[in-house]
Amino acid sequence: MSEDEIILSELSDDELVQQMHDDLYDGLKEEIEEGTTILLDRGWAPYDVLTKALVEGMRIVGEDFRDGILFVPEVLLSANAMKAGMAILRPLLAETGAPKLGKMVIGTVKGDIHDIGKNLVGMMMEGAGFDVVDIGINNPVENYLEAIDEHEPDIIGMSALLTTTMPYMKVVIDTMKEKGIRDDYVVLVGGAPLNEEFGMAVGADAYCRDAAVAVETAKEFMKRKHNSMASAG
Amino acid sequence: MSSPDISTNPLSELLAKKGVLLADGATGTNLFAMGLESGEAPELWNEDAPEKIVKLHQDFVDAGSDIILTNSFGGTRHRLKLHHAQDRAFALNKRAAEIARQVADNAGRPVIVAGSVGPTGELLVPLGALTYEDAVDAFVEQIEGLKAGGADVAWIETMSAPDEIRAAAEAAAKCGMPYTYTGSFDTAGKTMMGLHPKDIHNVTNEMEQAPLAVGANCGVGASDILASLLDMKEANPDGTIIVKGNCGIPEFRGSEIHYSGTPPLMAEYVRLAMDAGATIIGGCCGTSCDHLRAMREAIDTHQKTEKPSLDDIREKIGPLRNKTAGDGTEAPKRERRGRRRA
Repeated sequence: MSEDEIILSELSDDELVQQMHDDLYDGLKEEIEEGTTILLDRGWAPYDVLTKALVEGMRIVGEDFRDGILFVPEVLLSANAMKAGMAILRPLLAETGAPKLGKMVIGTVKGDIHDIGKNLVGMMMEGAGFDVVDIGINNPVENYLEAIDEHEPDIIGMSALLTTTMPYMKVVIDTMKEKGIRDDYVVLVGGAPLNEEFGMAVGADAYCRDAAVAVETAKEFMKRKHNSMASAG
Repeated sequence: MSSPDISTNPLSELLAKKGVLLADGATGTNLFAMGLESGEAPELWNEDAPEKIVKLHQDFVDAGSDIILTNSFGGTRHRLKLHHAQDRAFALNKRAAEIARQVADNAGRPVIVAGSVGPTGELLVPLGALTYEDAVDAFVEQIEGLKAGGADVAWIETMSAPDEIRAAAEAAAKCGMPYTYTGSFDTAGKTMMGLHPKDIHNVTNEMEQAPLAVGANCGVGASDILASLLDMKEANPDGTIIVKGNCGIPEFRGSEIHYSGTPPLMAEYVRLAMDAGATIIGGCCGTSCDHLRAMREAIDTHQKTEKPSLDDIREKIGPLRNKTAGDGTEAPKRERRGRRRA
């Protein structure tokens, strides 16, 4: 190792947080675990470690993904590093009753096994402070309905990577309409063959071009929901 | 491992004879029109409704296709697993090729049967759980089936990961099949995994058997794939390049899914693709036989002229959906602290 090797424990809090942003960007899992532990040992609240170190770091990753500077391989490494930090924080967050932004049920639609994009969205949403229930791949409409009953989410996320499977999103949304529950949830859709017009046509609330946009969109909808609840209350 | 003599394979022969070849249109979206339900595996129809696959191929041949792609895009065991058909991979692929072969042999003119090989849908190690060796094995199983059914070439398509392209190419070589491969440049002008169009030529450089042609398919729309073509051609002016672009972008009209491209627009796309140096041209999602007929006429009547610019493409086809792939130099570099990994 060269002499300019960084010793995380010797950094000030501010420097360490900056370094964790860089390490998340580089997908360095062990360094993120170490940084997370150091901040906790220094008396940081788990929620502050989550938001200031991990969520902020993933926000930067998300922006560069959105802007075509980073691609899926890099973002997967970053998300894995973040998950390692989250694994340390999750039990502590549960103990301290840290605020949650909302809950999302996410899955790839029937006929489609692609889960790269869905996993990225799930991890970024979790990193941003959402509860995420991942129902996996190849989901018929029944699976979405069951997950809605069981988990009572705020948001339903659907993903498709094939032109042969993306129309199935409409099947799910139409079924929700028939059951009179469509408007109780925010429905977000994503996947490479989709676009905004398509998202509107299937009856989704929004099409999210990538994981970073999904997080921004979900936050925006939750903010609106809280506002309307506040004004109604 | 013996390399097939590339000069004697039917695809290269026909290409040498005709100069520019018309590939076919969409498989998935055209099968929808025949009653395929969203979420169903098109490959199962090779056994359950072969007459519909015959019709799909026959319509493409009647519309003027020189190359037809077998109905085997999702034909690896990893994709078929979803429909509990993973143990039928060889048989379904063999049947797919037999159906296309029969149509091609009855065409009264040379028609190439290209054995469609799509992605496994899995991430390869280290990003995912699928090892390179297992990926090669899965593609071997598929390509053995396609070869047994009479396919002329393994047509590796809609790829995004370079290592998966290599695995499929290695499988083709193991099976003694010539191959082509195309990437789907749908993410900021590159593939989802970050492969730049200009680098498409180099993916299998280390391999003994070179591809017959490389290029792009699917992606986001006709304008974007032409932009990718400009990059591919510039990087290798002598390469044989395939473009098989989507017919515009998907929209719902009522409950039906439609693509925004019209036959005149796809004819214009063909002329621009020829001018930009592609020699194997077809359509992907949304491309019907009406589109293909217009594309056939464009190939037969167009005199190749000078290479179009991005502005020419925007003007004639419409705006790009995505930004074009940068070369990495214009991206703002993030200010970094110490360095941890090279």
